[in-house]
Amino acid sequence: MKKRLAGRRDSMAMERKKGSFLEKNLHIIFPMPAVIFVVVMMLFPVVYTLFLSFTNWNLTSGMPLSIVFLKSYQKVLQEPRFIAALGRTFSFTALAVAVETILGMIVALILNREFRGKGFTKLIMLLPLVSTPVAIGIVFNLFYDPTIGLANFVLTRFGLPRQAWTGSAATVIPSLAIVDIWQWTPMIALILLSGLASLSSEPYESARVDGATEWQIFWRITLPMITPTLLTALILRTIDALKTFDIIYAMTGGGPGYASETFNVMAFKYSFEYFRMGQASVILVFLFMLVLFMSLLIVRMRKSLEL
Amino acid sequence: MRAAVVRKILFFLVILAIVIPVLFPFLWMLTSSFKTQVDIVAWPPRLIFSPTLQNYERVFREQNFLKYFMNSSIIGISAVSLSLFMGLPAAYSIARYKQKRLSMFILIARLMPGISFLMPWYIIFSRLKLMDSYIALILSHMLITLPIIVWIMSSYFESIPVEMEESAMVDGATRQRAFLSVVLPIAGPGIVTSVTLAFIFSWNNFMFSQVLSMERTKTLPIAIYNFVSYAEVDWGAVMAAAVAIMAPAIILTMIFQKYVVKGLTMGAVKG
Repeated sequence: MKKRLAGRRDSMAMERKKGSFLEKNLHIIFPMPAVIFVVVMMLFPVVYTLFLSFTNWNLTSGMPLSIVFLKSYQKVLQEPRFIAALGRTFSFTALAVAVETILGMIVALILNREFRGKGFTKLIMLLPLVSTPVAIGIVFNLFYDPTIGLANFVLTRFGLPRQAWTGSAATVIPSLAIVDIWQWTPMIALILLSGLASLSSEPYESARVDGATEWQIFWRITLPMITPTLLTALILRTIDALKTFDIIYAMTGGGPGYASETFNVMAFKYSFEYFRMGQASVILVFLFMLVLFMSLLIVRMRKSLEL
Repeated sequence: MRAAVVRKILFFLVILAIVIPVLFPFLWMLTSSFKTQVDIVAWPPRLIFSPTLQNYERVFREQNFLKYFMNSSIIGISAVSLSLFMGLPAAYSIARYKQKRLSMFILIARLMPGISFLMPWYIIFSRLKLMDSYIALILSHMLITLPIIVWIMSSYFESIPVEMEESAMVDGATRQRAFLSVVLPIAGPGIVTSVTLAFIFSWNNFMFSQVLSMERTKTLPIAIYNFVSYAEVDWGAVMAAAVAIMAPAIILTMIFQKYVVKGLTMGAVKG
């Protein structure tokens, strides 16, 4: 009887001890599976890509890979297509994000009041964000179709000349940017809207007492107070715009010619159409340096703004 | 009095000017999906036509869309479930032990361009004979779903007062027990938010599935993409396919509207 009791006490102590081991190391054990997963699935591939960028591996040639150090870099950098894609990535991003920010701000300011149907309006604004980009791209292709598309119908109605939209090198980037703007302006607007809702009303009241105009109130009070939110939304959106792939690949495949080929699309083609893994890796290294730089910017900005 | 009415009407018009451009592509897609090819290619575009269901019939009967629908669901649900399993404890730990670096590490997974992992995966998965397997697709989609879940849930756990667990722990519960039986049950709204968003982003993913899947595990976005690669585009059927793809995400959004807004805007506003 006594023995049994002691045994039980022992096992209880054991259990507590086991529990306390888990408990003491909870901050390591709990995140462990997620960390291992991300390391295996992300960090390892990134390192592997870095390694491949120093090789001339080509999957179709059947030759074993050989280390050529910076030769692949040299080859890619000398490729006019690379510089053009780089410039295009930036111009697409700048155009889309600039318009999205301005429109998003205007929409947020308009919606930032109580009115009937506000919930419904916000619901409508959510829909583009959750839509499948490939499908959206195809719907816009129907709009842009030179012969049956609605876009040209509207233009001709206003007496304007027909456009080739995604069919010509001159208009393809703005045409694609319109799709991005349609899909992501609501996101900036919604983020700003919830930022605006969290602002304190005090400065507004005292400004009104002092007789400030709405315009002054926006520039002197609203804009400075919303800047942290605006910047975070802006950077997140910029990073995503730099990576835009689905709509471009689905709508134009980077064409006509290479006229809408961005970094991401070029990397995709080098990897999965030409199977030039060495050179594709070089493009990828540049792409993630770009994204890493933007990410560090976020961290810095968060620190300096004490978000 | 009159000025107030005029203002109200003006404001209403402004709201319409916001809502209509957002809604228009959806409406056009929906109406086109009920048009015959003749009605679609008509010039000027036809607003009045006799609706037909033949496009939907074609998509579901001849194009095997039901199978791709199943594939998208299997991959999305598996990726989200596994991510919850890994992500919830991680998010809890980030929230309670203030692991800023860890949360940055996971955030980078969200920011990195997918293609920078995709090429190595392609090589590795083909070596392992895992191309066109559910395992490869689920693992790749988890890199989309896991960061979303960790990101949303860590700030959700932060908003739950520590006292909740502490009182349970005073009563003799271990921290992990308190997490399971005290914190998780009240984290429902956060879990709904993160699961909805994670599922939608997996559902919409194009790039990973385009490379890693072939006929067996093909998902909906790939199916619709292949659909338009033919020379003559069957617009009506393509629009019906687009409606079918977007419907689940849109329905989920309508049901969980509040949560989805919160999830999408949380990161930027709260930090």
